Amino acid sequence: MSDVSQKELDEFRAGARAWFAENVPSEPDFMLPLTFMEVGTQEQFDFLRDWQRKCYEAGYLGAAWPKEYGGGGLAQAFQDVATQEMHRAGGPIMLNAIGINWAGPLILDMGSEEQRKAYIKGILSAEDIWCQGFSEPDHGSDLGNAQTRAVRDGDDYVINGSKIWTTQGNYAKYMILLARTDPDAPRKYDGLSFFLAPMTVPGVETVPIKKLTGEYGFTQTFFTDARIPATSLIGGEGKGWAVAMRTLEYERGARGGQAGGYVTVYPDVGEVVELAKRALRNGHPACEDPIIRDKLVKLLATYRGLQLNGKRSRIAPLVQDKPMSLPLSSKLIATEFYREINQLAMAMQGPRGAYYVGEPEAYDEGIWQRSYLNAFSGTIGGGTSQIQHNIIGEHVLGLPKS
Amino acid sequence: MERNVTLTFSEEQAELLEVAQNFCRDKSPVPTVRKLIEDDLGYDPAVWEEMVALGWLGIAVPEEFGGVGLSMAEVVPVVEQMSRRLMGGPFVPATLAAQALIAGGTEKQKSAILPEICAGKVATLALTEPHADWNLTHIEAKAVEEGGKLKLSGTKIFVVDAASAEWIVASVSKDGAPALVIIEKSTLPEGALRREVVADETRRSFRLELDGVTVPADALLDVSRAKETLDHIDLAASLLLSAEACGAAASCVDYTVEYLQTRKQFGKLIGSYQSLKHPTVDALVAYEMARSHLYNAACTFGQQGEGEIAVRMAKSEASDALSFAADRAIQFHGGFGFTYECDAQLYRRRSMWCEYLHGDGPYQRAKLADLLF
Repeated sequence: MSDVSQKELDEFRAGARAWFAENVPSEPDFMLPLTFMEVGTQEQFDFLRDWQRKCYEAGYLGAAWPKEYGGGGLAQAFQDVATQEMHRAGGPIMLNAIGINWAGPLILDMGSEEQRKAYIKGILSAEDIWCQGFSEPDHGSDLGNAQTRAVRDGDDYVINGSKIWTTQGNYAKYMILLARTDPDAPRKYDGLSFFLAPMTVPGVETVPIKKLTGEYGFTQTFFTDARIPATSLIGGEGKGWAVAMRTLEYERGARGGQAGGYVTVYPDVGEVVELAKRALRNGHPACEDPIIRDKLVKLLATYRGLQLNGKRSRIAPLVQDKPMSLPLSSKLIATEFYREINQLAMAMQGPRGAYYVGEPEAYDEGIWQRSYLNAFSGTIGGGTSQIQHNIIGEHVLGLPKS
Repeated sequence: MERNVTLTFSEEQAELLEVAQNFCRDKSPVPTVRKLIEDDLGYDPAVWEEMVALGWLGIAVPEEFGGVGLSMAEVVPVVEQMSRRLMGGPFVPATLAAQALIAGGTEKQKSAILPEICAGKVATLALTEPHADWNLTHIEAKAVEEGGKLKLSGTKIFVVDAASAEWIVASVSKDGAPALVIIEKSTLPEGALRREVVADETRRSFRLELDGVTVPADALLDVSRAKETLDHIDLAASLLLSAEACGAAASCVDYTVEYLQTRKQFGKLIGSYQSLKHPTVDALVAYEMARSHLYNAACTFGQQGEGEIAVRMAKSEASDALSFAADRAIQFHGGFGFTYECDAQLYRRRSMWCEYLHGDGPYQRAKLADLLF
């Protein structure tokens, strides 16, 4: 699909720009989540589901996914343009993050024809919300040791066990589920299988988890003799680890194929600069303090560096030494950046730094404090920053396993 | 604030990167680097001739003056690869001196000297002074007109490769304003140059005593453009120092990784210990980030506003990245890291050069704060 003309792209862009200008919803009277991990109330959920459906129906989500399954059948360049215009217009996030970023690309890559036909359209329209069942209460970073059991019984698998940190688990119709089919396999990895599991069958219970912010967004999921059809298996029995690793490549940005849009709104670093001009420090704006200035510029350089890393990763001669270095480090850099910039924003506020959401005197309604606490979902979820260091060390630098 | 950053890479850059990568790897293995450290000149004239033949000295020189007619963007990959192999030699000072002439020289000076530089004659710059202010317009050296000539006085430091140079372009204060003059090295009195002891032993740096030096009146560069020429040289030098820092950081990380993959303690390869693994990853990540900034700075070089922001960010990120990588390289080599034999010191010494010339990270960030908010 390299023969996309600039003219076609320009026309598409003009159309997208006009559509988003017309259709981006105005701010509701409740706080919108900044990431897909912060959807904690029904009104937030309904609002975002409606927005994703509209984007999809207008052709600006899944534009590059195959037409026969519900996508737009266009070249990736068109979706990239649509995503840029979505950004430019400042639209809310896409709700069905697990679906459009991980489950969808996985099903398109490795799923059967039936699975593609059954799931892709619902992922794009947000009709079917997806969640991810990887981490368990006792097995987080040590994912390969997952113990949730799946036992074959006739045309079904019977699931028992528990998954945790299930984002949008209480809204989800399906879960990408990593479960143990063979507890006696000599290698723990070989005992795992991967399922596109329905959440609507008897024996599945989701319990919301109250986050450190006092809000909701995650659940713990309990399986008690839950029967799911054997046809929900993907990749074959005992091959679950490879499928999970493939999924993590989507999650960590090492593999493309996502439907487009974005699922996290990063703070505009310009807003932090504005805050530095408003907040006072010893009689002067915080932005005149040399140490604040140094830290702020350092973070601005990181922010730009992330964008530049993204651009450089597409220039082959500039990534030939360690091709996986940029893709595998983007999660680490982006999530730590997000945590640090919120931390700096808090630190500039003087005593108001100790306020929180709900206090009328708080700067910007306390959003910096809340975002800082929420930022840990990024530095912990999807593999902690410490695990990311191991991954980069082992897979990019070839260092021995820890 | 959320600019749409650009990173483009030309075919010429790609070609030069590949050629320079192979050339520098072949010509400058570490034993050669160490041998040249002991050499007075500090580089192999035969290798220099090959670089000249490749056209590298004229990359950013207009064709009308014997150059290739490309830009500083295409010099970057060459300098990066040279530093990856810790090469010494006057490539950078000659390139920067040419930039000074292109930006501020008279037509006569450009036609006389630029073709010679492209053909391998060395020129260098004398900008820094003992007060060691990074601000290049802080000039205490003086030029006074006397009998149709210019009488110079004052002292310059960090005159790189002055021994091999035919020309030295020096900044002076003339009638209270910055100016640049070309000094023919052959006219310097005996003892005007003294070799400085610098941490990076692959370099040849000199102190230049200007007292008693006289140059003809037409040695003066265009005075009306002196300030912008100094700004241009400062950014060009910062760009190339960023390229050097990135090149050295790449091989410094590789060097450390190799040790972590082979050295055993307590029955385990030391690279399996997270206290060594994680900071090494931090060094890699910082280097990669710096390299993206570097090529952003290369492709926007010379653009009003954006070009300066990009260069200063690159300098800040790259010099910090190399200093961190090399500092940890010494530490992670343990007792061996404390020896002269271990290459970690070569990288750490190079990092001192890259970091402390033309403004370190905090200095660049202070400048950036002024530019950004």
